[in-house]
Amino acid sequence: MTGQSQDGSQLLKTDADQINLLEKLSNACAVSGDEGEVRTIVLEALKSARAEVRVDALGNVLAVCKAAGENPLRVLLTAHMDEIGFMLTDKEDGGLFRFDLVGGIDARYLPGKPVWVGKNRVPGVIGAKPIHLTTQDERKKTISLDNLRIDLGPAGSELAKVGDRAAFATAFQQAGPSLMGKALDDRLGVAALIELVRHAPAHIELQAAFTVQEEVGARGARVAAYTLNPDVAFAIDSTPAHDLPGWDETENAHYNSRLGGGPAIYIADSGTISDPRLVQFLVQTAEKHHLPYQFRQPGAGGTDASQIHKQRQGIPSVSVSTPGRYAHTPVMIARLEDWQNTLALLQAALQAISPDILTTSR
Amino acid sequence: MMEISQFLIKMLSLPGLSGYEAPIRDLLMETWRPLTDDLNISRLGSLHALHRGAGLDSRPCLLISAHMDAIGLMVTGIVNEFLRITEIGGVDDRILPGQRVVVHGRRDLPGVVVKPPDFLLPPGKGGQTVAREYLLVDVGLLPAEVNQVVRLGDLVSFGQEPFELSGEALAGHSLDNRASVAALTVCLQELQHLKHQWDVWLVATTQEEETLGGAFTSPFEIQPDIVIAVDVTFAKGPGVNEHTAYPLGKGNTLGWGPNIHPALFHTFKDLAERLEIPYSMEAMPRHSGTDAYAMQVVAGGAPSMVVGIPLRYMHTPVEMVSLKDIQRAGRILAEFIARLEPDFLNKITWEDH
Amino acid sequence: MKNLIKKLVESIGPSGYESDVRRLVQEEITDFADELRTDAMGSLIARKGTKKGNGMRIMLSAHLDEIGLVASHIDEKGFIRFSTLGGVYPRNCPGGRVRFMSGVEGVIGVERLESSEHNITIEHLYIDVGAANREDCPVKIGEVAAFHRPMLDLGNRIAAKSIDDRIGVAILIETLRQIKESPHELYFVFSVQEEVGLRGAGTAAYALDPELGLAVDVTLTGDTPKGPKMEVSLGKGPAIKIRDGRMLSDPRLIQHLVQAAQNAGLPYQLEILEGGTTDASAIQISRAGVPAGCISVPCRYVHSPSEMVDYNDVQNAVKLLVNVLSNPIQLDKSAA
Repeated sequence: MTGQSQDGSQLLKTDADQINLLEKLSNACAVSGDEGEVRTIVLEALKSARAEVRVDALGNVLAVCKAAGENPLRVLLTAHMDEIGFMLTDKEDGGLFRFDLVGGIDARYLPGKPVWVGKNRVPGVIGAKPIHLTTQDERKKTISLDNLRIDLGPAGSELAKVGDRAAFATAFQQAGPSLMGKALDDRLGVAALIELVRHAPAHIELQAAFTVQEEVGARGARVAAYTLNPDVAFAIDSTPAHDLPGWDETENAHYNSRLGGGPAIYIADSGTISDPRLVQFLVQTAEKHHLPYQFRQPGAGGTDASQIHKQRQGIPSVSVSTPGRYAHTPVMIARLEDWQNTLALLQAALQAISPDILTTSR
Repeated sequence: MMEISQFLIKMLSLPGLSGYEAPIRDLLMETWRPLTDDLNISRLGSLHALHRGAGLDSRPCLLISAHMDAIGLMVTGIVNEFLRITEIGGVDDRILPGQRVVVHGRRDLPGVVVKPPDFLLPPGKGGQTVAREYLLVDVGLLPAEVNQVVRLGDLVSFGQEPFELSGEALAGHSLDNRASVAALTVCLQELQHLKHQWDVWLVATTQEEETLGGAFTSPFEIQPDIVIAVDVTFAKGPGVNEHTAYPLGKGNTLGWGPNIHPALFHTFKDLAERLEIPYSMEAMPRHSGTDAYAMQVVAGGAPSMVVGIPLRYMHTPVEMVSLKDIQRAGRILAEFIARLEPDFLNKITWEDH
Repeated sequence: MKNLIKKLVESIGPSGYESDVRRLVQEEITDFADELRTDAMGSLIARKGTKKGNGMRIMLSAHLDEIGLVASHIDEKGFIRFSTLGGVYPRNCPGGRVRFMSGVEGVIGVERLESSEHNITIEHLYIDVGAANREDCPVKIGEVAAFHRPMLDLGNRIAAKSIDDRIGVAILIETLRQIKESPHELYFVFSVQEEVGLRGAGTAAYALDPELGLAVDVTLTGDTPKGPKMEVSLGKGPAIKIRDGRMLSDPRLIQHLVQAAQNAGLPYQLEILEGGTTDASAIQISRAGVPAGCISVPCRYVHSPSEMVDYNDVQNAVKLLVNVLSNPIQLDKSAA
């Protein structure tokens, strides 16, 4: 990933630059509906790009790189800025707050975790009853949300208010070939899309949408696709890698995707049946450039594409994801190499894509 | 004088799981050495620190213990690049998924405890608490490297960094019982400018969370005339509003029950009132759940006392404690020591209370 | 060594009634010990050598006792109701044969259960010694019995009752016989009442005040169909205990044992046992504390009438012990 792009800006030279960007994005808090912190990073990062950048009515960042020629293919790429998290719903005495979930979170992941609350990132904890005071039967039952509180410390009542968002307080770190951090779903996509905008090829109109509210129904992508009205669309996301061993170590047939297997190309999920021409095109591109790729196992789940492909008269769409373990929990694990290969595949695809792709019928 | 919150944070960043307390002990030795007259290590690894009294040659001797060991996890197996685990010291399976950890292999590895998706669990086990035997630790490395660096029996500490909260509170793992070790340190600092008659042995005990191993053995060597355990107790908070829990930041608890000599309770109670240090009486009707349970009955036995520091979310990585309560515990211990008359033992009985 | 094992496992010695087994052990080791005594609890203590140079006073412990039964009631028809000595699993009992200390033998029967899902408890079980009625029954309340069956020699593997812990006893006997030179003062303790709470080892440790404690006992394995998740298998070498339900082995001792096994080219496994414990945990908290650990023999079907071990593991345990005890032991402080 080195070299000179057509607009003269420098491509990312080292892993360190990429890691810095990923770290900044992962550590930022942007619970659905409150994406400001990531939006600021994106706007800052796009200053050096040749794109026209604006923020739309929902808070999506839309960046358009015009083509050099006439009637170019309009290609939309999206990555969502938001993450799962919490909203404070009631204030109790002594710095305690009730809260509700934003996005799909398994409440079994909450007890005993630290959180950052509000724009000032007030530190807090979600505690758990001491094991000494529980019975064996009680420990077999999960702890319901009703019994959990966010605790900001004895003097915490004035430090936050009902309606404030909270996110898992997890600092990004590297572990060998892996990245560990919160919100890698979909900050991996955001980082990739920033790179793609900075190095947009001239023969197409590259439309980038850094979307909001994906985790609560891909609502940002819906309006962005309507506004930008592209010919084709790629949703860049992170998909779960359930590639763990089974309890009896029998073969795991439902891994969804695997770490280290390269970008995961979607054939179908519950929100979208990918345009087969785009799937084919991505596969050919990957093989031509000797890039690893995998198919995300068809099944439940959805990306921004679930809304995009249904806008206006219909938009041929496909999703490409970097696999990540433990999405929607305090710590995700992904491989840097998978992210780099996702970026490389998309970069190569944008270089190669032409209007011809739509001439054959679907 | 050292800032006690900074010292606590330093302690919390060191491992020291039950049975493997050397890292935390080393820091304590370094910190306590200039404040004490003698230091030694017991056969089970407990740290014994003497602050000599100014009294006659045959001085009576007081032992104050705080256990320095911490709860955590241990590697029991390796599957591909994942680790199977068990717990040390009492960990609720329900707090484990998503928990950041440090695996102490041939080198330290950051990792996370993960809960496999329901379809990878035995039939019928989905949607509920996932038992520890099915949880895994992912360290982000490839199988070959994991097998090189990690082996069965390696210790796993919680990876949560300590952090300060509003209202002079601190959150982190191992505050049970490093908060009390900090209180002993406060006591030692106070003793630097207080005169006292008795010899005082401050003991950071080992293996409290598993076997009370330190508390059963150190008094055998030191042969104290009085023993005091300092430990954390339950603070009121979410899920814990029982009458057996105490407000956070509103003072220490003074134990009362079969593991406590009533005269010592009353001495501490009177002292707290005189010094205007807030306290609650903590009823301990059976096993006190502290080192005192063991120390009271070592060899010929000794009058015993428990001083408690309220703490929220015990045995999770986000335990929460009030720095004020730590200062108070240190102070009341020091004041108690300063007031101990050489013939104190002759004056106390189990009766008349 | 198989003959020795056979003699040991085919004798009877429930907790508190270890005299027959003790006598047997005494005969086997008299010629090899420098000093031999039986303490107040009934543990047999054999000393070998004295401390030389940097040697240590070391207590080795294997328990003589086995789980057993004690008659609690004889009914009108001559059936014997019983309670247990140590961890007898009711599910392992029906159809089993038992032998009382008096020599009387019998079989264990079970009442008709209400449904097939019903769990068998001790209350459902009785011993039938062939008596026609209470008067005819040769067993009196309070008499103790143990499981009774001959040892099965399966070549590499051995199955028998009371392998827990006669195999440890056999290993200590063999070790005592083989040790020629040692810098240490070695106390071989054949302890009593382990199965009811490590009682013999605790008192022996107090008496001996050792500087190091090492138990030899069995541990569970994870190598049977749908067995416990445990990384110990039969035949992969003696297990060096890292922890069990009531003890964290001294890390310095673990390190020393591992190093010794590696240097001697002996196979070994590391053991993490989730429940249960050994004499070592009692030794560890004796007096001012004793660095303690355990060498375990992997054993299937523990506390059943057919416990199974691998003969190679047994022999390698002896080799490891002889090696460790013949050489100086340096506990590396940094490992603690």
